[in-house]
Amino acid sequence: MGDKAQGRKILVVAELRGETIHPVTFELLGKSREIVEHTGGEVYSVVFGSSIDKAKASELIHYGADRVFLFKDPVFSVLNPMLYAYNLVKLCREEKPDIILMGATCFGRSLGPRVAAALKTGLTADCIDLRIDENGELIQVRPAFVGNILAHIKTKTKPVMSTVRYRVMKAREKDESRSGLIIEKTAEKLFQDRIRLVGEAVPKRLNITDAEIIVAGGRGLGSAEGFKLLGELASLLGGVVGSSRPPVDDGWIRKEHQVGYSGSIVKPRLYIACGISGSPQHLFGMKDAETIVAINSDPSAPIFRVADYGIVGDLYQVIPLMIKEIKARRSSVG
Amino acid sequence: MEGLKTSLKTSVLLKQLLNIIVLVKQVPDIERVKFDVETGRIDRSSAPAEINPFDLNAIEAAVQIKEKMGGFITALSMGPMQAVSSLRDAVARGVDDAILLEDRRFAGADTLATSHTLAAAIRKIGSYDIILCGEKTVDGDTGQVGAEVAQLLEIPHIYYVSRIIRVSENSITVVSEAENASYTLESGFPVLLSVTRDVNKPRLPTLKSKMKAMKSEVKIWHAEDLSGFLDLDKAGYAGSPTWVQKVIVQKEKTRQCRIHRQVEDGLQELMRLLEAKGLV
Ligand SMILES: Cc1cc2nc3c(=O)[nH]c(=O)nc-3n(C[C@H](O)[C@H](O)[C@H](O)COP(=O)(O)OP(=O)(O)OC[C@H]3O[C@@H](n4cnc5c(N)ncnc54)[C@H](O)[C@@H]3O)c2cc1C
Repeated sequence: MGDKAQGRKILVVAELRGETIHPVTFELLGKSREIVEHTGGEVYSVVFGSSIDKAKASELIHYGADRVFLFKDPVFSVLNPMLYAYNLVKLCREEKPDIILMGATCFGRSLGPRVAAALKTGLTADCIDLRIDENGELIQVRPAFVGNILAHIKTKTKPVMSTVRYRVMKAREKDESRSGLIIEKTAEKLFQDRIRLVGEAVPKRLNITDAEIIVAGGRGLGSAEGFKLLGELASLLGGVVGSSRPPVDDGWIRKEHQVGYSGSIVKPRLYIACGISGSPQHLFGMKDAETIVAINSDPSAPIFRVADYGIVGDLYQVIPLMIKEIKARRSSVG
Repeated sequence: MEGLKTSLKTSVLLKQLLNIIVLVKQVPDIERVKFDVETGRIDRSSAPAEINPFDLNAIEAAVQIKEKMGGFITALSMGPMQAVSSLRDAVARGVDDAILLEDRRFAGADTLATSHTLAAAIRKIGSYDIILCGEKTVDGDTGQVGAEVAQLLEIPHIYYVSRIIRVSENSITVVSEAENASYTLESGFPVLLSVTRDVNKPRLPTLKSKMKAMKSEVKIWHAEDLSGFLDLDKAGYAGSPTWVQKVIVQKEKTRQCRIHRQVEDGLQELMRLLEAKGLV
């Protein structure tokens, strides 16, 4: 009785960062394959870029797409969501996907709503799980209220659209023997395009979302100086420095380092929180780390409730000792 | 040189001042709000309501633009009558006019239905150069309404604005953030900007401005007031394509913390951990 057709055609909107396809795209393709294996159907992907070629686009096939729509045009060198949306909406009207997925990244969260509004359909933000229920309908699971609740959302209209958080779904192994179709499309331009890039994009030096080891500091550092100490530990461990919000507000460290609700969501193998109390907004960004270590002078700090290991103490005593110990071990081995 | 300056000044004066609309939402104080574990419902009476923290930055951005360029700021919100208090707060923070969209038929709206209602009101307001909103709301947490409104109004939008570099009488230059890079973008008007918490530090309202705001009039627009601008089938619960099938209150994911009060012991354990992870 249910509409099994809902999973028939899934369109994954690929995200390009510079010349590379961002891995969230491959994760979405992996999830889409899982869904169509269950419901039957096909996985489509679309990619927009100024210099993307067929060879690059075929990666989308290797990760699970059956068909790829390729929009190659210099106009896509600036992320102007209005222009991207215009072309994407046109494609959706032609291809009529049942489900459209994008990463819950700056790109997807800016583009998705425009497309949803144009297609008069629902969009569910920042999903952490997607499942097909017994009626063949898509259930979109997302956190709300700073992660305090999980909502199961359904969409009455078609296509069903969701943005999906990076690093929650699994990409499949790249399979270069997979074959599929690449269809080149012509970009439509907008008549009055008001948005213009001034100068060059300024690349960010830090990619904290992908970091495996993070040594993070909070207000407990007391000053910008503290980050030098954390930086030394981080580089010894091959990791990067993270921060809670207050040090960013006070200008001790750049925003790119901020972890949490208004910063980045991270999922490292090891997160060492120093002088961070563990507010809900901070935990939102790091609670899924594989191992959490907390160093805090206050034994009642909430961070200890989510940590695997904790040291109650002054970070200015503990961290230098740690650094010394690591160096000592390395030199005795080396 | 002097002449040029004067002529620029007069041209600013001659031109209509900038019309700015700020989208504002009232939300429960997220630190204190309680959830009914059984039903998964949010008990809104359990916590005081306030302006969505991200929207404070949007209001401040509007006020700063007005301080530079002159202009008129309208705060626009959709919500229950209680939201009047948040709009008064917006007035205290420097907006000139406040409108609340209140109607039973607007209730239960998802982001698309909310956007249809807000866009209708903006069309009714008629003239606008800049629409500002916060990055997201702390209760809904989608960040979708801004771009949906922009699409419905057929105007461009720029998300994740972390800095406003320059405003002129017909364009604005901002820095927009993405994960891997920052972009400086210039846009003509009208444009919708969604600002992050980094764009400014919102000032606190003064006692005097609070007093003044208490007496200010908040306009209430019901469904009838938007007739001709809003298709009611697209508003409220009935107009919402998404619906919440189930809500689960998350139990705090606690871990068994091996906590050390002796720094030496803790250190030894940490070194074992680093070893196990292949880091030393
Ligand atoms: C809308 C909104 C968004 C937000 N987004 C974020 C976000 O993305 N990320 C974020 O982190 N926060 C965010 N916050 C802020 C958040 O609510 C907290 O204020 C913040 O996380 C607290 O940071 P902290 O733990 O560093 O500081 P505090 O809570 O002040 O904690 C400092 C800790 O350091 C300890 N300490 C002090 N001295 C020492 C010492 N010498 N050695 C060891 N320990 C010491 C103290 O015991 C204390 O536990 C947001 C807030 C709002 C309203």
